[in-house]
Amino acid sequence: MASPRKTASGVDPKLLIKDAAKLLPQSSRRLFLRGAVSLGALSMLTGCDIVDGPTSENVLRVISRFNDRVQALLFSETTLAPEYPESAITRPFPFNAYYSVDEAPDIDDDAYKLEIGGLVDNKKSWTLPELNALPEVSQITRHVCVEGWSAIGSWQGVKLSDFLKTIGADTTAKYIWFQCAEGYSTTIDMPTALHPQTQLTLKFDHKTLPQAYGFPIKIRIPTKLGFKNPKYVTAMYVQNNDAGGYWENQGYNWFSGL
Amino acid sequence: MTLEATSNLPVTTGRAAEPLIHPRWVRITHWINALAILMMIGSGWQVYDASPLFRFIYFPSQFALGEWLAGALLWHFAAMWLFVVNFIVYVTLGILTGRFRRKLFPISPRDVFNDFAAALRGKLAHDDLTVYNAVQRLLYLGVILAGVVIALSGASIWKPVQFKYLTALFGGYDTARYVHFFAMSTIVAFLTIHVALALLVPKSLRAMIFGR
Repeated sequence: MASPRKTASGVDPKLLIKDAAKLLPQSSRRLFLRGAVSLGALSMLTGCDIVDGPTSENVLRVISRFNDRVQALLFSETTLAPEYPESAITRPFPFNAYYSVDEAPDIDDDAYKLEIGGLVDNKKSWTLPELNALPEVSQITRHVCVEGWSAIGSWQGVKLSDFLKTIGADTTAKYIWFQCAEGYSTTIDMPTALHPQTQLTLKFDHKTLPQAYGFPIKIRIPTKLGFKNPKYVTAMYVQNNDAGGYWENQGYNWFSGL
Repeated sequence: MTLEATSNLPVTTGRAAEPLIHPRWVRITHWINALAILMMIGSGWQVYDASPLFRFIYFPSQFALGEWLAGALLWHFAAMWLFVVNFIVYVTLGILTGRFRRKLFPISPRDVFNDFAAALRGKLAHDDLTVYNAVQRLLYLGVILAGVVIALSGASIWKPVQFKYLTALFGGYDTARYVHFFAMSTIVAFLTIHVALALLVPKSLRAMIFGR
């Protein structure tokens, strides 16, 4: 802990802690909802027969799942997120996590391997030189945080749909689950994984991904909120069951599409 | 009843001697809207606090809904359906029944000015609740417009990729957040006046509950 740390260039440490704190609930992480007025009207709207005297929290979760389906319908595989010129890039691009940048995983690139699992033909793990040898795509897109702020960044890496083809993934499977070095995780839907702008990101602004932005791998998804863009990714599983995710399990909307 | 029918009198009941000010659909959509808008504002304030647009504006949690960001977002994206569906029903019926045309038009700047001046002098008559004065017409038209703006700017923040042309119409994602905020502020300002006046003229509140 006391060893000198590499500070990611262009990251304002003060900004980091402030941003990280906001995603957290004020008192605890439970999703107790103060001000629970009668939600009879809302439960009727969902058309669901909730027999056992639903708490407002349960009703809200049911509606959130309904919103997942609505968002999946609104999602278009051909609608691209707007791209921006280099001059529009937010500098410094903010670091954001539920921990401070000092606590961000410090991954040894020589030992690193991306673990592949689930419904794929070739489960061989991938080293960074192997991933960097794959054809590179680039995007300058807007990262939108669930908190409301946004920032424009420049990301380079492998088109995720190409990578899925390379490893022989079953693209009829429903989900892809990403596991991260610090214990973070998220699950995304297959149509989003196959979207042309969804990227297995290895670089930020044409330089090796800094530790603050997710070294060695971030999954950049400009059609989803920031928390569905995992950093420090260590494993990727193609599967049919929804494994949830760090924030999703605490009540944030699962689909969180843009 | 039979007596009335045979004696050729207008078909009214005794209590209905007073004119009907607000038909049932107006009262129902009004109170659903009241519930929806309170949930939207309360949860919206909590969402705002996660990333405030103005350093000097912060909404204390006691006045907000949802306790923390995830809870507030669940409320916001649940109540939005109630608000939007009810709003569409209200505006559709308002147009189809001719109520908007009858109640809100005509409206001229001169009438608004005169009625506003009369109101300030305390001389604006409020005897006939079935007729809106020019200031009321302007406020009701304005708040309906604010409802349209808040729904569309909200959609453009929610889906800046799928609805990217709508988002662009509002000046981009970041600007759309300000538009959404100012539409909320407009509605809150309207609500302040609206509720104060309803309490000052209690028969108007009674009319929105019982219709007369």
